[in-house]
Amino acid sequence: MKNRRPLFAVPYVVWMALFVVAPIVMVVIYAFTTAAFDPTMNNFTGMGTYLSIFTRSFELALIATLVCLLIGYPISYMMAKEGPGFQRIATVLIMLPMWVNFLLRTYAWMSILENNGLLNQFFSAIGLFDLINGLFGTDIQYFRMIRTQGAVVLGMVYNYLPFMILPIYSVIVKLDHSLTEAAQDLGANSVTVFRKVILPLSLPGVLSGVTMVFVPAVSTFAISRLLGGGTHMMLGDLIEQQFLGGAYNPHLGSAIALVMMIIVVICMWVMNRFGEGEEQAVML
Amino acid sequence: MKKQRRTGSRVFMALVFLFLYAPIFLMIIFSFNAGNSSVVWQGFSLHWYEELFQDRTIMRSFYTTILVSLLATVIATIAGTFAAVGFYSMRRRTRSALMTVNNIPMTNADIVTGVSLCLLFVTVFGGWNYLAENYRFTFNWLGTLYRLTLPKLSLGFGTMLIAHITFNIPYVILSVGPKLRQMDRNLVDAAQDLGCTWMQAFFKVILPEIKPGIISGALIAFTMSVDDFVISYFTAGSSVSTLAMEIYSMARRRISPEINAISSLLFVVVILLLTANNIREARAEKALAKRRY
Repeated sequence: MKNRRPLFAVPYVVWMALFVVAPIVMVVIYAFTTAAFDPTMNNFTGMGTYLSIFTRSFELALIATLVCLLIGYPISYMMAKEGPGFQRIATVLIMLPMWVNFLLRTYAWMSILENNGLLNQFFSAIGLFDLINGLFGTDIQYFRMIRTQGAVVLGMVYNYLPFMILPIYSVIVKLDHSLTEAAQDLGANSVTVFRKVILPLSLPGVLSGVTMVFVPAVSTFAISRLLGGGTHMMLGDLIEQQFLGGAYNPHLGSAIALVMMIIVVICMWVMNRFGEGEEQAVML
Repeated sequence: MKKQRRTGSRVFMALVFLFLYAPIFLMIIFSFNAGNSSVVWQGFSLHWYEELFQDRTIMRSFYTTILVSLLATVIATIAGTFAAVGFYSMRRRTRSALMTVNNIPMTNADIVTGVSLCLLFVTVFGGWNYLAENYRFTFNWLGTLYRLTLPKLSLGFGTMLIAHITFNIPYVILSVGPKLRQMDRNLVDAAQDLGCTWMQAFFKVILPEIKPGIISGALIAFTMSVDDFVISYFTAGSSVSTLAMEIYSMARRRISPEINAISSLLFVVVILLLTANNIREARAEKALAKRRY
C-alpha cells in the first residue's frame, strides 16, 4: 500500500522534465550553435568583446554583496539579541518592502537621487551647497547621483538587503546559547566568543545570504536600466538585448545565460562544501 | 555600558529601517499629491485615486497580475503538496536527486529561468506553427468531411502561467517538506490500522499536520508571483502585461502617479493581512503555551 505514495510525485517529475530540464537543454543547444544550428564555439569565444560588461557586472555585484553583508550581519546579530516580540515585528518589517514591487521602489529612488530630487533639495535647504561653494569657491548646485555606478550599487543593496539579513538572522537566532556560555566560562572575552563560536556557526547563513544577493545582483537589468540610466550596461542588460532588444541573437544570449548558470553552480558548490544543513537558511 | 551598546544597536536598526522604508513612504505620500510630480509637493488630493479606477490599461494589468498569481498559487500549492508527499516516501537517493532539480529554478538567476523558458516556448511553438501552416488534417466522419486546422500558438497568458507555476512549486515543496519530516510516521500507520484507507489517512491525518507548511508555502508562492517581473517579462509576449511590466515600460519615460496610488492601496492591504496573520499566530502560540503548562 505504501509503495503507491511515490506516484504522487510523478506529475511534478514530468512537469520538471518539461519546464525545468528541457529549457536548460535548449539553452545549452542554442549556446553551442549558430543561427543555422551548426555547431560552433563562436558564441563563447566572441564574448571577449563584452569583457568590460562582465567585469563591471561582477565588480558592482561584489561591492553590493559586500555592503549588504556589512549592514546585514550586524543587524541580524542585533535582532537575534532582542526579545521575541521585537524579533517578530522586525522580521515582518524586513520582509514587508518586498510586497511593493521592486521596480516601483527603485523608481522612488530615482526621484530621491535626481539632480533636482529630494536629496539634493534637502542638501540645498540645509545650506550644504552654499557652505561648499563658500569654502572652495566652486559653483555646485547639486550632487550628481543618478546615472552613476554608485546609484546602481545603492539600488542593488536596497533591493537585496533583506535576502542577506533573513538567512543570517535565522541561523544566529537558532544558535545554541549554551555554546557561548561555555566559551565565556572557559575564559573567552566577547570578541573571542564572537570570532571562535558565533561567526563560524553562522557561516552557513552568511554563505546562503551571499549567494542570494550576488546571483540576482550580477544578473539584474532593471535596476541598472533605471538608476544607471542605461549607460552602465550589465550582464542582465546584455542578455535581455539578445532576446527582446535590438541586438536579437538568442544564441549569444544563451551562451551568456549558460555562463551565468555555471556561476550559480559554483556558488552552490562552494556553499555545500562549507555549510552543512543550511537548507533551512535558504528557505528563510 | 551595556545600555549604551543597546541604544547604539537600536539606532543602527532604526537607520536601516529608514533606508528600507524611505522610498515606500515617499511613494505613499506622493500618491496624494495634487500635481503629477514625484519631487515637488503641490497639495493634497485624491485625484490619482479617482484616475486610477478609470485607467483601463492599469486596471487590466492589475487584474492580469492577480489572476496569474492566484491561479499559479492554487495550482502550485496543490501540485507541490502532492509532490512533497511523493518525495517524502521515496528512497533517500532518488529524493535528493529530484530535490536538486527542484532547486534549479530557485537558485538560478531569474533572467536565466525566464530566458530558458522563453527559448523553449518559442522553439516548440515555432515547430507547431510550421505544422499548423503546412498540414491540414482532413477526415471523413459519418459522411461529412471535416477539415481540422491546428490553432496557432504564441506567447501569452498561458505561457506566463506555466512559468509562474514552475517557479512557485519549489517554494511550496520546500515549506511542506520539513513539516512532513517532523510528522510522526506512526500516525499514518495508526490511522490505517484503525481502518482508514490511505486516502482517508491522508485527508484526516497528514493534511492537518502539514497545514501550516502548506499555508506558508502558498503565501510565499503568491508573493513571488505578484513581485515577479523578469520571468513574466520574458514569457508573456506582447499581448498581456502584468502590473510590473506596465511599471517597467512606464519607468523609462515617467511613472504616472496612478501607479503610486495602486501600489499604496496594495501595500495597505498587505499590512492589514500580515497584522491579522500575526495576531492569529501570536494567539495560537499563547494558547499552545497555556496548554503546555
